[in-house]
Amino acid sequence: MSNALQTPVAPPRNGFSLGKIWTDKRSRGVIIQIFATAAFFAFIFWLLRNAVANFETLGKPFGFDFLWQESNYDINQHLIEYDSRSSHFRAGVVGVLNTLLVAVCGIVLSTILGFILGVLRLSPNWLVNRLSYCYIEFVRNVPVLVHILLIHGILVHALPGVKAVLKGATDDASQQFFLTNRGFYVPRPIFESGIWLVVAAIIGGIAIAMWYRRQARIKQADTGEQSPVFWMSVLAILGLPIVAYFLAGQPIQWDAPVPGRFNFKGGMALKPEFLALWLALSLYTAAFIAENVRSGIEAVSQGQTEAAHALGLPRGRTMNLVIIPQALRVIIPPLTSQYLNITKNSSLAIAIGYMDIVATIGGITLNQTGREMECMIIVLSLYLMFSLTISLLMNWYNKRIALVER
Amino acid sequence: MSEQQSELSAAKLAVSDHEMIRIAEMHKWYGQFHVLKNINLTVNKGERIVVCGPSGSGKSTLIRCINRLEEHQRGQIIVDGTELTGDLKHIEQIRREVGMVFQHFNLFPHLTVLENCTLAPIWVRKMPKAEAEDVARSYLERVKIPEQAEKYPGQLSGGQQQRVAIARSLCMNPAIMLFDEPTSALDPEMIKEVLDVMIELARDGMTMICVTHEMGFAKTVANRVIFMDGGEIIEENEPQEFFNNPQSERTREFLSQILLH
Amino acid sequence: MSEQYLPGEHPDLRPPVGQTGLLLWLRKNLFSSPFNIVLTILTVYCLYLMLPPLFNWAFFDAVFIAESRDACRAAGDGACWGFIEKRIGQFTFGFYPVEERWRVVLAFVLLVVALVPLLWDKCPNRRQAIWFSLLYPFIAYWLLLGGMGLEPVETSRFGGFMLTMVIGVTGIVCSLPLGILLALGRQSELHIIRWLCTSFIEFIRGVPLITLLFVASTMLNYFLPPGTTFDILLRVLIMVTLFSAAYIAEVVRGGLQAIPKGQTEAADALGLKYWSSMRLVVLPQALKISIPGIVNTFIGLFKDTTLVIVIGMLDPLGIGRASLSDIKWTGLSTEVYVFIAMFFFICCFSMSRYSIYLEKKLHTGHRED
Repeated sequence: MSNALQTPVAPPRNGFSLGKIWTDKRSRGVIIQIFATAAFFAFIFWLLRNAVANFETLGKPFGFDFLWQESNYDINQHLIEYDSRSSHFRAGVVGVLNTLLVAVCGIVLSTILGFILGVLRLSPNWLVNRLSYCYIEFVRNVPVLVHILLIHGILVHALPGVKAVLKGATDDASQQFFLTNRGFYVPRPIFESGIWLVVAAIIGGIAIAMWYRRQARIKQADTGEQSPVFWMSVLAILGLPIVAYFLAGQPIQWDAPVPGRFNFKGGMALKPEFLALWLALSLYTAAFIAENVRSGIEAVSQGQTEAAHALGLPRGRTMNLVIIPQALRVIIPPLTSQYLNITKNSSLAIAIGYMDIVATIGGITLNQTGREMECMIIVLSLYLMFSLTISLLMNWYNKRIALVER
Repeated sequence: MSEQQSELSAAKLAVSDHEMIRIAEMHKWYGQFHVLKNINLTVNKGERIVVCGPSGSGKSTLIRCINRLEEHQRGQIIVDGTELTGDLKHIEQIRREVGMVFQHFNLFPHLTVLENCTLAPIWVRKMPKAEAEDVARSYLERVKIPEQAEKYPGQLSGGQQQRVAIARSLCMNPAIMLFDEPTSALDPEMIKEVLDVMIELARDGMTMICVTHEMGFAKTVANRVIFMDGGEIIEENEPQEFFNNPQSERTREFLSQILLH
Repeated sequence: MSEQYLPGEHPDLRPPVGQTGLLLWLRKNLFSSPFNIVLTILTVYCLYLMLPPLFNWAFFDAVFIAESRDACRAAGDGACWGFIEKRIGQFTFGFYPVEERWRVVLAFVLLVVALVPLLWDKCPNRRQAIWFSLLYPFIAYWLLLGGMGLEPVETSRFGGFMLTMVIGVTGIVCSLPLGILLALGRQSELHIIRWLCTSFIEFIRGVPLITLLFVASTMLNYFLPPGTTFDILLRVLIMVTLFSAAYIAEVVRGGLQAIPKGQTEAADALGLKYWSSMRLVVLPQALKISIPGIVNTFIGLFKDTTLVIVIGMLDPLGIGRASLSDIKWTGLSTEVYVFIAMFFFICCFSMSRYSIYLEKKLHTGHRED
């Protein structure tokens, strides 16, 4: 087009025409984009105009000031100080913490279960292998919400009520764990001042293990001698705190739940809602992780094992030095997206009344204040933040471990 | 075993003082399928053996039995005085002494070329790192790619990868090298660079067993050529005799096909 | 053993005893090492502990027909399937009028008929049959909602497995084309289009479906011209479709990226325009690769239909919870949820089997090329 303007004497057929704008690839791209942008902004504008009009007719203000009002509702599980006189904002923080609590616990448990299941799935033992296959297939193909409700139902209906447990418990004083339909009552640890010694010992143990590992590497590089890194680390990380625990005069007291007349005194209760959500999310996600682990290990070709064996590496070393480093590259990206799924699926808490962020801000606060728009914006942006953080970490990690190829 | 074969191996035994591999009346089955039938083979120190035969004749399986990547069910395999049984200690000991080069290289993609070469010396031979790296560099020099030491296998061409694989095996200082069709996954222009390395290795007196269809290589370096078909050793002879005067009909047929190709 | 054969005439022998058959199988698969022996024994013991009580509960001690929970308890210790049996109509049809339920059954039967030519490539007269499949959505719409000679039925009366099927099938049918478009948009050379598609996909994938359903049920009205209301089922359908389209887009994008650049270049060289080259060359290959991922997304969508209970719709879980509050049947949640779990397991497991079958078929087809 511009070409034709600059050189009018050049090929005469190269002139400007309306049809040409559409047939030329680049100008057509520009036109499409302009239309797309215009349509997009028109759509957004239309939505916003409707929203403003609706707010006006309803006479509702828009703003987040309601967050500082008294919440007027109770939350049965709170990690920070909270009661019904606290603000909605504080309720939201409690909800976020509850979401994170169940997500983190779920991530830990599902990773452990998933790796065990995945390895069992690859076991040469036919029975074990088939059994884990059945488990994985059954769990994967049933909605997670059904798992949550099923486990919650079992916890609430199949376990004895508090009254029944109290009746049965009075004559046996040594019992410290009580399984009731209102929660799993366990002793609560009370830390005395000497606990700092134990904490220091744990940190010290880890530091010693890391130091030993480095020394072992240097020693191996220098002399070729190998050291029992694994057992020494176990000794340092477990042994040192145990020694410190006794040296400090056993600074952890257990406050056991004592059956009272109507309820338990002392101890702490794991609520059935939390337990059900935690177990269901972990069992469900573990099945997916197991499949990732299996396909990750299977993705490392048989030739790699053969080559390592042919070099004389024993089985354990072949696993540690050749198979696992390669399998992890395949396993970790889908693993992080499973972690993301746990976090998102924890929103199903609302179905059994576990007070996570959706149940607090997106549930009770929304219903009490009638601020649908503001509440949903908060909830959506929180989840987006979780997701973006996890995927940023994942991208960074993927770049770091990507196999170098031409 | 045919008379002529046993005469031949008897003659060889007389010549050599040291027997590296002895396979006697060895059989192997995959399930019901009889893959290797009554294999008898003795390899002496410094001998270069080329094994050829149509695909599915069991030649790869045979050399994979020698370092127990495959298990045999009947008969004996003795490598450097140690018999291969289910005993893991023996298996590991033998694998340390036997190097193997695969058709598809099987380099470890997550390690650099140098790390590929030093992995086994460090972890199996318990060699100090610096020493292992010196050894590795000298062998990389020998296969003519010292400049690639810091690269990853994925960055190399097929021929270069196979040469790294050879260097990796050599770093363990093996007494015997097994080659499982080392050139069949390579582009034609890269075959020569790998064969050159192998020829040089043979000149240095390495005991080698090569499964290959490179008849030129067989003629240049082999002491003996073995022809396998249907899981049996059909013919075993010196290269001159083998190519010019094959005894069996099947050998003639195979040779005519492969030479025409 | 000592028999001599001429070279090349060695007969095939049978492997030594203990190397084949049941004995070998047992040794290899259950007792190959001390560790494996322990594992096998432990597993068998666990199964022995778990399976008999399970079967007793589910079958041998179970009560299949009963009038109330107390009647169940009186008759046996096992599961009280009588409850399910009493409510099976609701579990299947929700609150769809009893005398009109034949329409749902008919719609379902026609759905199976419509699926046959789509899923089974050796179906006789496949070409003609596919016309029926294309027509099916309209027939189903008419059958389920009524009008034009049929008694109209409100969507609020939909429920149970029927609701699951309606949401699942509609979501699957609508999200595939939308997902493909989004994937193409994300791969487009036009920056704004690419940016729009990417942000849409990432937004949807970043939030839980349940929050989107909340948006649909509470917030959507604000964004529509004052006074408009539209059907809650329709809103849910739109949200579910958008949600699963974003996931499909990612799967298809993976497929598109796996297609070598040479393919588009070859298509360009043949003078094909963008849409033709996509339709004829790139997409068929990309979709073929992405089939397992697409089916997995469908399975996910089908399972996610259960989430509609949080906005008060009565899918099987909703029906189950509602009926559990009936004083006559209280405390039978295990039976209800196990029953629903079995329904989903059968549907989703068959879908995943079908995808494996397809994958195998396409895979071999690829090798023959």
